[in-house]
Amino acid sequence: MIDAVGNPQSILLLGGTSEIGLAVVEAFASDRPLRVVLAARPSSRLDEAQARLEKLGCAVEQLPFDALALDTHAATIGKAFTGGDIDVAVVAFGLLGDNEQAWTDVDTAVELAQVNYTAAVSVGVALGEKLTAQGHGSLVAFSSVAGERARRSNFVYGSTKAGMDAFYSGLTEALRPSGVHVTVVRPGFVHTKMTEGLKPAPLSTTPDAVAAVVVDAVRSRKELVWAPAPLRVVMSVLRHVPRVIFRRLPV
Amino acid sequence: MDARAGFRTRVAWSAMSNTSLRGWGRTAPTTARVTTPRTVDEVAAAVTSAGPRGVIARGLGRSYGDPAQNAGGTVLDMTGMAAIHSIDADSGRVVVDAGVSLDTLMRRALPFGLWLPVLPGTRQVTIGGAIGADIHGKAHHVVGSFGNHVRALTLVTADGTTHELTPDGEGSDLFWATVGGMGLTGVVVRAELALHHVETAYFTVDTEQIDNLADLMERQTQDDELYAESVSWFDAVTTGPHFGRGILMRANHATLAELPPKLRANPLKFDAPQLLTVPDVFPPGLLNKLTGKLFSEAWYRKSPTKFGAIQNITQFLHPLDIIGEWNRGYGPRGFLQYQFVVPLDRGDVIRTVLERMTAAGQVSALNVLKRFGEGNRAPLSFPKPGWTLCVDIPVGPGLNALCNELDVIVLDAGGRHYLAKESRTTPEAIRRGYPRLDEWRKVRDAADPQGVFASDMSRRLELTA
Repeated sequence: MIDAVGNPQSILLLGGTSEIGLAVVEAFASDRPLRVVLAARPSSRLDEAQARLEKLGCAVEQLPFDALALDTHAATIGKAFTGGDIDVAVVAFGLLGDNEQAWTDVDTAVELAQVNYTAAVSVGVALGEKLTAQGHGSLVAFSSVAGERARRSNFVYGSTKAGMDAFYSGLTEALRPSGVHVTVVRPGFVHTKMTEGLKPAPLSTTPDAVAAVVVDAVRSRKELVWAPAPLRVVMSVLRHVPRVIFRRLPV
Repeated sequence: MDARAGFRTRVAWSAMSNTSLRGWGRTAPTTARVTTPRTVDEVAAAVTSAGPRGVIARGLGRSYGDPAQNAGGTVLDMTGMAAIHSIDADSGRVVVDAGVSLDTLMRRALPFGLWLPVLPGTRQVTIGGAIGADIHGKAHHVVGSFGNHVRALTLVTADGTTHELTPDGEGSDLFWATVGGMGLTGVVVRAELALHHVETAYFTVDTEQIDNLADLMERQTQDDELYAESVSWFDAVTTGPHFGRGILMRANHATLAELPPKLRANPLKFDAPQLLTVPDVFPPGLLNKLTGKLFSEAWYRKSPTKFGAIQNITQFLHPLDIIGEWNRGYGPRGFLQYQFVVPLDRGDVIRTVLERMTAAGQVSALNVLKRFGEGNRAPLSFPKPGWTLCVDIPVGPGLNALCNELDVIVLDAGGRHYLAKESRTTPEAIRRGYPRLDEWRKVRDAADPQGVFASDMSRRLELTA
């Protein structure tokens, strides 16, 4: 259960090696250790993540999860709930991909769409069912500012995030009567392994800063947050900039 | 495909009948199916047909945290069973349904010269809730807690059967596990209580303004036994030499002869108006250092030292009941009430706790301090001989860390938390504070082997195995 001051007792991280996802888990754990289920493909990075969380006093369990194996999702999510209630579920898996390859190579394009959109929708449905039965819980979905308006430099990734953002924004409303709270998070450029070597966009941020935004959103039951917060205004302007100007902007 | 179809129907159905529930602190809402049984048979039917998330009874929702919530399960709104079956003016025995409020029972019993010996800070509590939380009042040092005055209770257990339980007879283990058991042994549907006889509905009140905490506690220790009711309120905002200045209020039931002639004509008049209801419009952060200081100053000044004043129930016992839904004043993020008891020889903890709160910049306007008398047989009953302190703090940044710190101080001193107020501690803290938890669990598990009775609190604090 999430208590009166917003401490969860358990958290499920789908994308168990996601840097931002792990930063969220650590941010909660620094206030009070909790039960953690890390869902990801087995790897040494996953083991390292487990060790790091255990050092914080968390009880960590690994759960094999492959975003592309859609037909296993329902069973995997089911397994995640066998150890007791899941108070916070975080959908943090995703691929950035190389945009030039992605829009010219069909396999790359489809893989991005499958992981970032189809798989996100698939686990969203399974989580919705489990959390509804539970009557409480917070579902955090990582969207991106890239989904707000597609840019030439990043539009394949942006299109997948636009889709998943719309799905989870709708799910927010659909799950409200069941007592389940959904938060859609739209981070800007975050310095992680995924963005290594890329030129940082303005208002770039860190996993820990994004995690702080997410923790606050869960505690105060916010439904849509930007990280950092000023991106909300920036993107609101960019969304309405005429195309001829937009394509010349250095973003 | 079957699972998917099942989910669709469940969602459609739940959208119609699900209710979001919170405690009086307005934090941590969860959703449950709420049903309002009108008869014992309907209670039994609801209990035996409960789904995998179980069932819990709810009264008037005055517990601050989550004991009367059951996320994803069933919640029985017991206010639908609110009959007063009998009042015996001579013996003082009354038989009532669990959904009757203390307020209703007092209004009905007072004309017979009968008085509820245990009254908490509000009368908006059901009999079932009073038993489940084993509530206490300002008279604890003399009369003990609510369970001490229950002569019999009727409990519907997990298998749907009803049990007549008494404090000493067969099944007394289950009786005392139910007292203070937070509704987790079954559903209390009816109880027989022993009330006290009084000549009037008034108190003779001695009020003393005392300008620091040490003197306040010293004074409260001296002659408490001369009074039927005793409590102190103090100011946790003022620092320096007047740190913890407060008001000690102690009272006895007024006899007919003590009343002024004007009141003697109707000595059992129940004077409990509700003047206004707070609208749900307050922003968060309204209670801050400034308003906290103003409130504290006003409260301190309004109560000069005075002996032998005649006051009615609302003036003396329930000043907050004048204002309906006063908890809305804390804004949408809600607030937390932190109440603990520490042994008598650890009165120093009270000061330590207040100093930590002040250092952390937290403002508590309502601080209530009382000296408890003996506890009772119930394994999960909160009161035990010692000092109990209760503070109200709005939910905001830093509160979590502060409360975690206070937990350690309280538990290290041999203290514990009050479950009716609890909303954020850990299972370990409860295990440490309640050494008889396992004894209680054994009785509970025997009465409910499948774990049908469950609440958000029982899950959060791992009260049931």
